Amino acid sequence: MKPFAQLFRNLDSTNSTQEKIRLLTAYFQDDISEEDKVSTLALFMGRRPPRPVKTSLLRSWASEISGVPLWLLEENYHIVGDLAETLALILPPPQDKSDYTLSQWLQHINNLRGQDAEYQREKIIAYWNMLDATERFLFTKLITGGFRVGVSDKLVMTALAHVAGTDLQDMMLRLTGNWTAQELSWQVIMGQAENADISRPYPFYLGYPLDESTENELIVQGEQMVEHYQAEWKWDGIRAQLISRNQNIYLWSRGEEIITEAFPEFGTPELTGIDFVLDGEIIVYKDDKPGDFGMLQKRLGRKKVPSKMLKELPCRLVGYDILEYMGSDIRHLPWTERRTYLEQIIQDLASPHLALSPLLEFRHFEDLRIQRDAARQFGAEGLMLKRSEAPYYAGRKRGSLWKWKLDPFTIDAVMIYAQRGHGRRANLYSDFTFAVWDNQGQLIPFTKAYSGLSDAEMKEVNTFVRKNTLANFGPVCSVTPQLVFELAFEGIQLSTRNKSGIAVRFPRIKNWRRDKPADQANTLEDLHQMMHKKEF
Amino acid sequence: MGLITSTEKGLYCAQGDFYIDPWKPVPRALITHAHADHAVYGHQQYISTQDSVAILKYRLGNHIQITGYPYRNTFTIKGVTISFHPAGHIFGSAQVKLVYRGEIWVFSGDYKTEDDTISAPLEIVPCHTFISECTFGLPSFRWQPQRVIFDEINAWWLDNKRSGKTSILCVYALGKAQRIARYLDTDTGDIYTHGAIQNTHDVLHACGLKLPKTRKPDNRQHQDTFRGSMVLAVPSAQGSSWMKKFPNPEIAVVSGWMAMRGARRRRGIEKGFVLSDHADWQGLTDTIKQTGAEQIYVTHGYTHLFSRWLTEQGYKAGIMETLYQDEPEQHDDPLVEVEES
Repeated sequence: MKPFAQLFRNLDSTNSTQEKIRLLTAYFQDDISEEDKVSTLALFMGRRPPRPVKTSLLRSWASEISGVPLWLLEENYHIVGDLAETLALILPPPQDKSDYTLSQWLQHINNLRGQDAEYQREKIIAYWNMLDATERFLFTKLITGGFRVGVSDKLVMTALAHVAGTDLQDMMLRLTGNWTAQELSWQVIMGQAENADISRPYPFYLGYPLDESTENELIVQGEQMVEHYQAEWKWDGIRAQLISRNQNIYLWSRGEEIITEAFPEFGTPELTGIDFVLDGEIIVYKDDKPGDFGMLQKRLGRKKVPSKMLKELPCRLVGYDILEYMGSDIRHLPWTERRTYLEQIIQDLASPHLALSPLLEFRHFEDLRIQRDAARQFGAEGLMLKRSEAPYYAGRKRGSLWKWKLDPFTIDAVMIYAQRGHGRRANLYSDFTFAVWDNQGQLIPFTKAYSGLSDAEMKEVNTFVRKNTLANFGPVCSVTPQLVFELAFEGIQLSTRNKSGIAVRFPRIKNWRRDKPADQANTLEDLHQMMHKKEF
Repeated sequence: MGLITSTEKGLYCAQGDFYIDPWKPVPRALITHAHADHAVYGHQQYISTQDSVAILKYRLGNHIQITGYPYRNTFTIKGVTISFHPAGHIFGSAQVKLVYRGEIWVFSGDYKTEDDTISAPLEIVPCHTFISECTFGLPSFRWQPQRVIFDEINAWWLDNKRSGKTSILCVYALGKAQRIARYLDTDTGDIYTHGAIQNTHDVLHACGLKLPKTRKPDNRQHQDTFRGSMVLAVPSAQGSSWMKKFPNPEIAVVSGWMAMRGARRRRGIEKGFVLSDHADWQGLTDTIKQTGAEQIYVTHGYTHLFSRWLTEQGYKAGIMETLYQDEPEQHDDPLVEVEES
């Protein structure tokens, strides 16, 4: 694992993207086994086998051999922000050495799976004792997971593309799907062998939020915009690729997880026969209208769907692009041509679970603005603008696919709890809980929000929290209800999970309302009204 | 009644009517070392080690009224017998020992256990009550021998030189700068210093401290002449125009905080070397044990955790509130403030 540890140290001591790509490229070109290269790639891309050992056990063994009491280990962990790092730091220095490769270590870790705690304890203590500081951290990290080292998938793929002598788009295609290190060969990555997996999806083409300069450009185009752009609803569901190949159906989520079993609707024979790949949005569709995201949420995260639920919350795919037709990759065709194929195939398949995302009529940009404002009534959260000439790109690429979302809901709420973050944000209060007033004058918490403050504001809020702490509960503290923030969120629905009876989607801090005293924050009643207004 | 209590102005010995490292102006102050949060401006009378006098005058002005005593020499104020003992923190740094009617109290100031060959090495002073700093009082802080770190730094420098880069180390003007300068491999190249560092070097050089040849960059010097050299900069110089004159820079920070990835990354620091002038967990716990003290007070650092741990070990432990950066991590710029402590 020495070359891997060295790579990690090097990556960890630079913020330069170019330098990271250079380091990764050199590593993948280096004289290490192909197995290790694939393992490295798998780790950086988050393809980690499930955790073989409970972290509570790791803590207690580390406490035992270091003589650090568990409570102190916990407190220390809060300050360090990463469990693997904490354990690596408190363990006594190693007495032994090892030359196992990364793949061998992964094998050792895998062998611990399902063993009894005593066996695991003996092994892990022995392993810790033969690793240096960085290796120990990495080894423990391989067990605890969440391997984030400031290296994005895109960065790894860029380096691999350099090594393979191809471009990023091509490398993304080679690395889609939910492969594991064992399933993927270095030859396939290098383009020296075909990937035999017929379930493999294409990399999703991701839209950019419409920015002001593009908006102005489109306004200026006037009626000519129609020649260059088409518009559709931005559906409020989950994005998916529906793949039909060799009489088999596969459904992939945007996170490249296979979700075929969660949506048995699509496992019908009428969808097989012609090999195709569709890109679209899964939504609940009931009583001839789209359901909201809250309904879809009930269907998510299940392995098996009870038939009652299938009946009550039937889903369909609203198709908005086609990537493969009759077995051929047609992503290079201009959007308008793909649209023709898309219409054709949806008509041919004639499935109740498949719908075509309609094109919106417009003469110029201002027409679209009016339609966008009405999006919620159609079960959409805004518009998508597609450039007619554009191919289907891989990943995030500016200029041909714009998402123009509705303005979020906003509400003014009072901060009542603060929690210390983890990792980079350890020891910084970065997670806050917000409340609104009920009709008895009580503050009722309804959501947490993390992001949205500038560094300077964050510092200021942290100073406030430290000076106004009322009580501590571990990493959480309650603070004097004084600061008011404008929160933005995308959706709102009933919930039985918290006191307020309300759950909001993607909450974040929009503004610090320094002008508002706490008693002028919004009320629970306001939130309820917001929820009813949105229904249709 | 104890010999040292915490007051609004600083740690105070009522029996002798003097303060130790007070943070507000007082008539008479014992000073453990010259770092800014321990030696503030405005006392009527300063009393320190002989080795600290020059640097205190440099920092606070030549006019201050100051008396210096050699290490271990005793003197008496109103029946309290006082002596300074090496703390190993920086050049001239000391612990303060107070003896009154058979009762012995020691205030550690800041200290480290490893001999850096610049400060007089830490002396264990047996006492009844020991007031200890605990800046790095967490078991996750474990220093490697300084030799290992200096080898890393020298290898880094050489590596940068080979790729035509300038190496810049952000260090504290008093303490870390001398410690590092002393061990830099001068065969690799020239060493340039920030003004604040060079001045401190000059003062300590006059006190007899041996340091390699360093100099301030000359404004007339061509950029390329800095390539491959080492620059010792103060942390506040980061991003300044002074720093911009060095071509192709590789910047690293040398600090005990660099042991934690989160602490380093939170400040946007790319490269860190783990080296501190404070004791690590082992150093703190060993020292406390060796003093034989039954009563321990802890000052700045993770005081709550550390005193709880000491209590569990059977000590009579408590926290003595000071303004020497308690909870260092929560300060706006702990790197600057804490390392200076």
